[in-house]
Parts: sequence; structure tokens; C-alpha cells
Amino acid sequence: MIELQGIHRKFQVGNEAVHALQDVDLSVQPGGYLAVMGPSGSGKSTLLNIIGLLDRPNKGLYLLDEQDTTELNDRQQALVRRHKIGFVFQFFHLVPRLTAAENVELPLILAGFEADKREQRVQQALTALGIADRARHRPDQLSGGQRQRVAIARATIMRPGIILADEPTGNLDRSSGKEVIDILEHLNQQGMTLIMVTHDPELGGRAARRIQMLDGYIQSDTARKHEGI
Amino acid sequence: MMGFKELIKLSLGAVFSYRLRSFLTALGITVGITAVVLLTSLGEGVHRFVLAEFTQFGTNLIGIAPGKTTTAGISGAIISNVRPMTLADAEALKRIPAVIASVPVVQGNAPVEFVGRSRRTYIFGVGPEAPSVWRFKVAKGRFLPDDDPRSPRALVVLGSKVQNELFGNRNPLGKRVRIGGERYRVVGVMESKGQMLGFDLDDAVYIPATRALSLFNRESLMEIDLLYAAGASAEEVSRRARSLLIARHGSEDFTITTQEQMLEVLGSVLNILTLAVGAVGGISLLVGGVGILTIMIIAVNERTGEIGLLRAIGAGRPQILALFIGEAVMLASVGGLAGLVIGTGGAWLLGVAVPALPTHTPWSYVVLAELLAAVIGLTAGVLPAVRAANLDPIEALRAE
Repeated sequence: MIELQGIHRKFQVGNEAVHALQDVDLSVQPGGYLAVMGPSGSGKSTLLNIIGLLDRPNKGLYLLDEQDTTELNDRQQALVRRHKIGFVFQFFHLVPRLTAAENVELPLILAGFEADKREQRVQQALTALGIADRARHRPDQLSGGQRQRVAIARATIMRPGIILADEPTGNLDRSSGKEVIDILEHLNQQGMTLIMVTHDPELGGRAARRIQMLDGYIQSDTARKHEGI
Repeated sequence: MMGFKELIKLSLGAVFSYRLRSFLTALGITVGITAVVLLTSLGEGVHRFVLAEFTQFGTNLIGIAPGKTTTAGISGAIISNVRPMTLADAEALKRIPAVIASVPVVQGNAPVEFVGRSRRTYIFGVGPEAPSVWRFKVAKGRFLPDDDPRSPRALVVLGSKVQNELFGNRNPLGKRVRIGGERYRVVGVMESKGQMLGFDLDDAVYIPATRALSLFNRESLMEIDLLYAAGASAEEVSRRARSLLIARHGSEDFTITTQEQMLEVLGSVLNILTLAVGAVGGISLLVGGVGILTIMIIAVNERTGEIGLLRAIGAGRPQILALFIGEAVMLASVGGLAGLVIGTGGAWLLGVAVPALPTHTPWSYVVLAELLAAVIGLTAGVLPAVRAANLDPIEALRAE
């Protein structure tokens, strides 16, 4: 359960204060499917970063599974990210020198899993995403769609409750983008919360719930239809 | 938490993925460690060599020389109230308990002639006990007999080189040679003892001390060497020798040096020498460390995106720190290991190729050098690793 209350986030750019998020209230139920839409600079990514505990709000309260995350220190936040949140990025962010399997293995290594357990889980994840035959390939030997699938395998290897995807198809052609969305939606159907930032209306339209952002505010929320402008 | 094995694997992976760059960086450390190992091997070799040279005369020795060296050390100002050190002194010293032998020494330079052949050589005026004190061996005949020290017979024992030069293959025993105009009968030939610090011990002849005193027109012995029993205390013996001589001379107008003291001083001087040459090698190691620092800073800049990702998937700052420090340590250790192999191999090769050059590689130094390399890697890795750990994950993710 994600609960944001009165979240503010401002950045100092030169002499000017930029309000990336202003008074954002949002709650997402476990297993929800939320698309965050809006023009660039509207605060979508900042919202995602705050939900993913990569960033801290200047003001407001963020409860994750009833736990106040703003009070956690750096190490505790890292632990929450490791166990509860999986990130999928537009540019995949695979480590180029590691093979697909090694990339997927990274979170397990950081968490201190035993070698045989790691191997077993990685194998499972790669098989589930249909890239078991690419396990020994490096990212530069993989197609875009395959790379994003490796990234999704990595994001889900710790079996987190939440997947945060920032323009996951932004760097893919249509057909592999479609495949990636299918995979993410499949994970959502299995019970993972899926929050996806996109500016593709067609993609956003598939989500059960959409919020539209503008200038740091939530402009509209399909779950609260009457509050929209 | 992340296991140590995994940390090493990840660090090694990064090191090996930038092959040329890692090779060049590690090379800096390799050169440094090679220099350290090679130079300390030489230093240690010289150390052992010099000590062996000195202890070949035995370690239970006490030397007594006339004149008192004071801390002021004005050697030219030896005042005339220094009484000569005499053969009687040497005889008296022999009566100290625990003293096994006492050898009066007078040394000089004079031509030794035999049937038209002449060789200018060292003349040692000594007592009959010289071989046992200095651990010499007589090769042919015998050493100087135990004559009355005041009027010994004109007998001489030749060093092996002098024998070769004057007599060639002929038997010198019983032949007469002229030393400084006087006739001496050859009674023995010493075994070859080789050189000591460039001083050829075989290019010398040995005659009774009394005769050497008159030959060089001296009043005083140049030194008295005492050999004491193996278990006895050098301090005790030198204390007794001191009070005995003070009683005989009226004042302390002599200097006592125990071999123990000398070896101690020598040992510490040689240790400093080894340390100094090691430090010279250490400078190149330092340069290698700067190389690692540089390359690690570059690596952190290049891999900002990777750092951001690691943070996103749950790496804490300490883990990022450990990863980059691990990488620097790995670079240094691999380089250091190569340096060890090259250094010890080089020292060995040098020892084989140039036998005159003593080399010795103590294992403790080798282990220490490798540890030093690791510490240098650690130190060089800290700054870039702290940078990496303190990166803002969002900024870092945006970098790619």
C-alpha cells in the first residue's frame, strides 16, 4: 500500500526554485495498475523517484505498507528498495560488462544470497521471461526487447511488491514494446503493483487507473473523477 | 549483506573488463613492487654478506686498541700520556678467567723477498694463538711456535698468495725469505681465506709481534685481540680487561670494542641501508598508487550510471564504497603479485648471473611488499570510492 500525503519536492536551479511536486496526495492499493501521464517537466519522474525512495520529499508524508519512509536513513531506504521495489528504466541500465544472467543476479548478490540459490532463481526468472538462451550474452549482444526483459527479470528477482517503470517502452520499437507491456501487465495480474510513467496515451489507456500531471500537481485521477478539472 | 567472495568476483570482473587500462595501471604497482623487492633483496644480501665477512673471525672476540676515543672524537688530539700497549699487557690479559687466547697485533707494509723475487705485502706481527682467535687454518707446516715473546726466533708464516707469488709450485717450508732486510725462515703456509671487504687476507705474512715492533720501529702494539669462552659474557670479560689495563697503565688510555657491539652497530647500519634502498623503491610504488587513484576517479565518472543502478536495486553506500575500494585493491594486488614474481625472479637471476653481487629475498619482505601494495590500493581507492558512494542516485541514473 502506497500512501502519499501532501508531498512537496522542489529543486534549486540557479536562483530559481522549481517546484517539481506540489501538494501531491496519492494512494495506490496493492496489485494496482497506475499510469502516470503528463508532459515532460510535469513531475512524473520525480513522483516515481519519491515512490521508489531514490528521492526524499521536502515536505509531506510517504507511508509504504504503513511505514513512514521519510524517517528511514540511507541504509534502511536501500533495504526497502532492495526488497519491496523493482525498477525498470527507459534505457535499461544494464551493466555492460556483465552477462544477462549476471545482471539479473546483482540484486541477489547485494542481498547476500547463497550461490546455488542465486543460480536457481536467475534461471527461473530468465526462463519465465523467455530469455534463458540468452543468459550468457552481454547486453550489446541483445536486442532492445531482450535487454528490457533482462532488466525486468532483474527488477523482479527479489519478488518485490511494486514495479516502477519509467517509460519502459520509450526506447523500443512497437512490437517489442508491446511484448514488454504484456510482460509487465502479466506481472501485475500476478499481484504486483505496477506504476508506469509514460506519455503515450495508448499505453496509458491500458492502465486501470491513470493520473495526469501538470506543473507538479495531479491534474486528474481516474479514480477521483469528480475532482478533476 | 554481500559476501566477500562476491565482492572479489565483481571487483575482478570490472578490472578484467578494461584489460589494457587495468594492465597499465597495475603495471605502475608492478614496477614499484619489483623495485622494492629487488632493492631490498640486494640490501639484505649485502647485509648478510658483510655480517658473514665479519663473523668469519668468530664472534667471541674483544679488540683493545691504544688511545681513548671520546665522544668529542678529536682523533688528532691524542695526548702524549697514552702509554704504549705492550706484549706484557697481552700476556697479562691472558690471565683473565674466561679468556682463552690473547693475540697482540702489529701491522705494516714491507717487501718480502726470495731469490730475486720481491713482493710488497702486509706484515702482521702476531702471537702464536692468532689462528685460533681469527679462525685461520694452516695449510702447510705449522703456525708461529710459542717462543719467549720477548725474543722469538725469526720465523714467518706465509699467506697463500704470497707463497704462490714467491715460490710458485716449490715447497716454501724451511726456505729463507728477507723481510725488511732481515732473514726469516718459513715454517708454514696459511689456508686461503679470500678477501674481506676488498682486503686480501692471503696477500700477507705473519711474523712474531716483537719482531714486527722493531721492524716498524714502534713502541706500542696496534691492537690486542682476546678470544673468550663461548658461554662467557662479553661485558664481564671487557670489564675485567678494562680494570686490569687501568691498573697497569694508571688511566684508561685504550679503547675496548667487543665484536658483539660491533656486529650490533654494523647490523643496525645495514638495516638502515636496506630500509633506505627499500624506500627508494617505495617512491615508484607511490607513483603507481597515484596511477590507481587517477584511473579509479575516471572509472567512477564513467560508471556513474552503473552506480545509480546499483543504488536503485538496493545497494547501500557502504556497498558502493566496498565495490570501488575492492576494485582499487584488486588492481594493486594483481600488480603487486606480478611485481613480486618479477622482483624475486630478478633477484635470483641477478644472484646467478653476477655471483659477486649478493642477493637475498626474505619471505617476510615479500609478504610485507604485497601487503603494502594492497594498502596502497586501499588508500588510492578511498577517495574515488567515497565519491561514488556519495553520488545522488537520481543524478547518477540520469548520467547514462
